[in-house]
Amino acid sequence: MAEAAAVREQGARAAPLARPRRAWSWLGLVPFFVFSTAFMFLPVAFLVLGSLRNTEGALTLENYADLSTGVIPTAFANSIEISVVTAVGGGLFGLLLAWSVILGGLPRFLRTALMTFSGVASNFAGVPLALAFIFTLGNLGFVTTLLADFGLDIRDTGFRLTSKLGVEIVYMYFQFPLMVLIIAPALEGLKQEWREAAENMGATPAQYWRHVALPILTPSILGTMILLFGNSFGAQATAFQLTGGTLNIVTLVISSQIRGDVLHNPGLGYALAMGMVAIMGVSIGLYSVLQRRAERWLRA
Amino acid sequence: MSTGAQAPFGPLGVMRSWLRAGPGSGARRRGFGPPWAWIIFLLGALYFLVPLWATFLHSIKTKPDPFLAYRQVFADPKFLGGLGYSFVVGVLTIVISLLIIVPTAYWVRLKVPRLRPVVEFVTLMPFVVPPVVLAFGLIRIYGGGSPITLASTDVGLNLLLVGAYTILSFPYMYRAVDTGLAAIDVRTLTEAAQSLGSGWTRILWRVIFPNLRTALLSGAFLTMAIVIGEYTIAQILARNEAFGPYLSLLGRSQPYQPAAVSLISFALTWLAMGAIAFLGRGARQRVQVAGAR
Repeated sequence: MAEAAAVREQGARAAPLARPRRAWSWLGLVPFFVFSTAFMFLPVAFLVLGSLRNTEGALTLENYADLSTGVIPTAFANSIEISVVTAVGGGLFGLLLAWSVILGGLPRFLRTALMTFSGVASNFAGVPLALAFIFTLGNLGFVTTLLADFGLDIRDTGFRLTSKLGVEIVYMYFQFPLMVLIIAPALEGLKQEWREAAENMGATPAQYWRHVALPILTPSILGTMILLFGNSFGAQATAFQLTGGTLNIVTLVISSQIRGDVLHNPGLGYALAMGMVAIMGVSIGLYSVLQRRAERWLRA
Repeated sequence: MSTGAQAPFGPLGVMRSWLRAGPGSGARRRGFGPPWAWIIFLLGALYFLVPLWATFLHSIKTKPDPFLAYRQVFADPKFLGGLGYSFVVGVLTIVISLLIIVPTAYWVRLKVPRLRPVVEFVTLMPFVVPPVVLAFGLIRIYGGGSPITLASTDVGLNLLLVGAYTILSFPYMYRAVDTGLAAIDVRTLTEAAQSLGSGWTRILWRVIFPNLRTALLSGAFLTMAIVIGEYTIAQILARNEAFGPYLSLLGRSQPYQPAAVSLISFALTWLAMGAIAFLGRGARQRVQVAGAR
């Protein structure tokens, strides 16, 4: 065996010029692809195959049809609602905040402070974030008791931190810092010359924003909002800690399915996970397309 | 591709935006700025700071010793154990991620640029597959009854955890490394090293790695911040000794300690981000959706 291999190797070495070396250069990427396959593609493939089988193991599309039964449609609706609200709300507020420090004429150190804080806040999520808001807006939270001292009981208004609105308020904490981080380069990319050109032609500031700045920024803004949508759609830890798993959203249904087959059909659980991947795929795809459009204006 | 296209994120881009903002934006600023900008900024600051303040107040509610919760936390072996466990997992994740991503990004740039879209697509996949779905797939395919059962032993589960975190780190690690590689002349450095008789391992280890130091460090700190705060995957893989599940359980069983630990966790995130900012890279501004939400 070893001899045969040695002979073959010699043979290959004898005729090196006949074959372009380039043909084997992809071998350098093998570790990367093997690792990605073992820890990502195989698990996902397992879910795909599982979603196409019924409890007897026969091929079927039934699981996908069953996504319209039980708690699942509401879970998707809730997840989408929370994601849209926090993406649009967080996106608009993040845009305004980035505008206020970059173009709004605030002192320069506030801009540095905001950018640093946004870097931290966009990564401060999950369990500690949920806890921080429980200490703020929970039953005995700081703001709750402060408002109660002024005679306003927020629980009387029907507000619960464990409700959809509560989760939305908490998600905002990592949503709009992300908007600030991503939209800041686009705002900085608005060239002084464009404004001057518009002003020279008699445009008012409103006209400049309406006809020049906003059309340039629109792909960035839309793209980032879609990204925020995905960011919120895939979130699990924050909502879990906040609501103890009682809120009916897709990620929480998946985690209770993992713990104890609450859907009473493994295949349906896999189909649910695939539905989630499909929605994430569409939003990340749209984001990349819009981001590529936005970058045309960012080039120096 | 010129570095210009990636300008906003590379060191050049950061420098350029400083230069651009310097003399140009001075003219835009008059006095204290318009009131609207102040109102928006203060609203944002309030929203950012109030939860932290509330958490701090809650953490010192104990009487008579206001720092009792902190004392208890630091005396609790589970706290240091959780932090230590997650730190070790983070270090392993960073090492494996670097060992895979640096040679890959280098090789793509030097030898197989036509495969760049494929590699970029793969590194974007963790954005499409949420952590909860990734962990779902891992625990099922490597669970009982499969040809490779990893999910039945502690070692196997730890391996799965590091593997999953390494996958999560790919998007920003690849971007940090690729931006770093764009800033140095990979081809010339490689040819110079080759002409002096270096092999591939030596080139990567002695030439490419040192030249990427800042890019690698920012990728590493971001990875560490995410691994330490992560809950979803650790919980699904039953790694209850990790920091995330420890804090989650603490949050449901203790009154004041969770506030102290949450603040410590915030401070750790701040440290990691501060380190990245100190390194002077824009890498932290890269999109980061695969974290510990």
